[in-house]
Amino acid sequence: MTGDAKADGVLARKGLIRRLPEAWRQPLAVVGAVLAVGWLVVALAAPLLAPHDPLAQDLPRLAAPGPGHWFGTDQLGRDILSRVMYGARVSIPLTLLLVALSVLIGGLLGACAGYFGRWVDETIMRLADLVFAFPTVILAMVVAAALGASLANAVLAVLVVAWPAYARVTRGLVLGVRGREFVLSGRLLGFSAWRSLRVDVLPNVTGPVLVLATLDIGTALLLLSGLSFLGLGAKPPSPEWGAMVASGVEVFDSWWVATFPGLAILTVVLAFNFLGDTLRDALDPRTARAIKERAL
Amino acid sequence: MQEQEGAALPPRPATPLDGGGEPVSPGPGAPPARPAARRRGGHPLARFLVRRILMAVLLAWGITLVTFVLTNLVPGDPVAANLGQRALGDPAIVAQWRADHGLDKPLWEQYLLHLQGLTHGDLGTSQQSHRPVSEDLAEFVPATLELAGAAILVSLVLGVAFGVVAALRRDRLPDHLLRVLSLIGISVPTFWLALVAFYVFFYRLQITPGSGRVDPALGAAPGVTGLQTVDALLAGRWDIFVSAAGHLITPALVLALYTIGLLTRFTRSAVLEVLGQDYVRAARAKGLPGRVILFRYVLRSALVPIITVAGLAFGSLLSGTVLVEAIFAWPGVGQYAYKSATTLDLPAVMGVGLVVGIVYLVINLIVDVLYGIIDPRVRLQ
Repeated sequence: MTGDAKADGVLARKGLIRRLPEAWRQPLAVVGAVLAVGWLVVALAAPLLAPHDPLAQDLPRLAAPGPGHWFGTDQLGRDILSRVMYGARVSIPLTLLLVALSVLIGGLLGACAGYFGRWVDETIMRLADLVFAFPTVILAMVVAAALGASLANAVLAVLVVAWPAYARVTRGLVLGVRGREFVLSGRLLGFSAWRSLRVDVLPNVTGPVLVLATLDIGTALLLLSGLSFLGLGAKPPSPEWGAMVASGVEVFDSWWVATFPGLAILTVVLAFNFLGDTLRDALDPRTARAIKERAL
Repeated sequence: MQEQEGAALPPRPATPLDGGGEPVSPGPGAPPARPAARRRGGHPLARFLVRRILMAVLLAWGITLVTFVLTNLVPGDPVAANLGQRALGDPAIVAQWRADHGLDKPLWEQYLLHLQGLTHGDLGTSQQSHRPVSEDLAEFVPATLELAGAAILVSLVLGVAFGVVAALRRDRLPDHLLRVLSLIGISVPTFWLALVAFYVFFYRLQITPGSGRVDPALGAAPGVTGLQTVDALLAGRWDIFVSAAGHLITPALVLALYTIGLLTRFTRSAVLEVLGQDYVRAARAKGLPGRVILFRYVLRSALVPIITVAGLAFGSLLSGTVLVEAIFAWPGVGQYAYKSATTLDLPAVMGVGLVVGIVYLVINLIVDVLYGIIDPRVRLQ
């Protein structure tokens, strides 16, 4: 930490807001925003948009894409377009909830670690180190398998591997502002530790953490659908995208069964990666780097 | 400028090995860091190595604890997963099974037994294959290492090349193009891409061989490394090498796409950071040719963060193998992990978690050591 004034988180956050319009003028951000909004609309309006019941098995089996069923039908005679649309209602809200919980848990733990230091810091960060010592899918898979295969447990498993990134970033940012004059003077004025954290420290941390969260939505969705693909998440007949790709493996010949749900995952992840990437560039470069270093 | 120097240290992601490394802080009035470090115990590089290795050992112990606790403190019931309906109805059989697998002892005792076994290389017996887990893993690890090794090589070559091009053509067409491509690379679901690649290249175009590691008609190459391509070369079996390399190429490329994207982005920012340094400007002012500046000045310092990221990227490759191996029927740890996780084969799950965790740990340790060797400033931190 060089401690120069420009690294101040408050300035970084103001910079983010000031530069937002500029960021929105970037083609990548526009594409990302359009894709993301499009998928949110699909998720909200799936019952209105979908041409068929996603669970009804009343169409010809394994029909190739064509008029009447644009994305084809699967081996049980279900309309894939409708299933992909309803899949947005499964995957997108769960992913958003997942990331929100990771931010909350990781952020809180990281803030405590950075603010209180000593054994609190040691305990929390060594725990984070341990999670980092495993490749993510392996750990998530072990957790999900141990808890039993269900979508809720898959979410829990992703949560277990996702929180430490936020703990590290938040801790680093809190360490950066903890010793600054405005925090110290707050404490001298008699603020409690909790109030000081809430009023003086957290506002300096939220901007970068939110950008990291945007970038993390994609990773979380990939991991969650990956677990479902492995049979450790959503159970049939749920129209979850990862599970749909897995069912496409069985009917390899009918390429459309796996292709369209996979494209759905790809476009959602891409949307949030485009958005997050542009937002990160709009941030103060030093904080941006801190995020990038830890977002792996 | 001393302060700036510190800030200009290449970005280095916090690795699992970061924790606990006490900074060398000389007491008040002590001479500067270097002599102090010398006096306290030999060469700074040696001190650095010892500290890193101690941390790694501590983390390895943590990994044994985590895998053990995770596979034991959770509601999944291995008895139900392994015994049939009829056997489950008979309490005597259930009790016998639990006793056979040491499940009737208190948890801490199970853990001590587990640790004791580990010191003898005993990872327990797989409840599915009825073979020692260490034997199973010995069979599957080389296949995964070959796949992940090929993928990391491809990623390093392409990722670094793309990153350098993007940095040198900053804000021009190649940079924008590579940015979009690398973002797509980190956004593609690996398991889906594997399926698409298998369908297109094997099933439709028939330009790549199918699943497995080598054409069954040829048989595996005899050898010691367990890496088909290397063994075939050592044995002078050109036909097996071609077959093995052909089988390797598609899964390795699928696996590498994510890390290529990652490394491209990291290399770009690392090179850009170095390009702005005074010594690069000085080299340019001296009139050195661009090639010399790039290789001798820029890439050399940019290499440090790139190597670190490559170590971490290896972790995501190991993760990816679980998703890719299933599609390509690649007989590696990924498939084994998946099978044992879904059947709640506790010893096998523990073995995979442990071995993959340790492999990852060792790779990060190597990265840390390389880092200390390449950049002398790190040793004194």
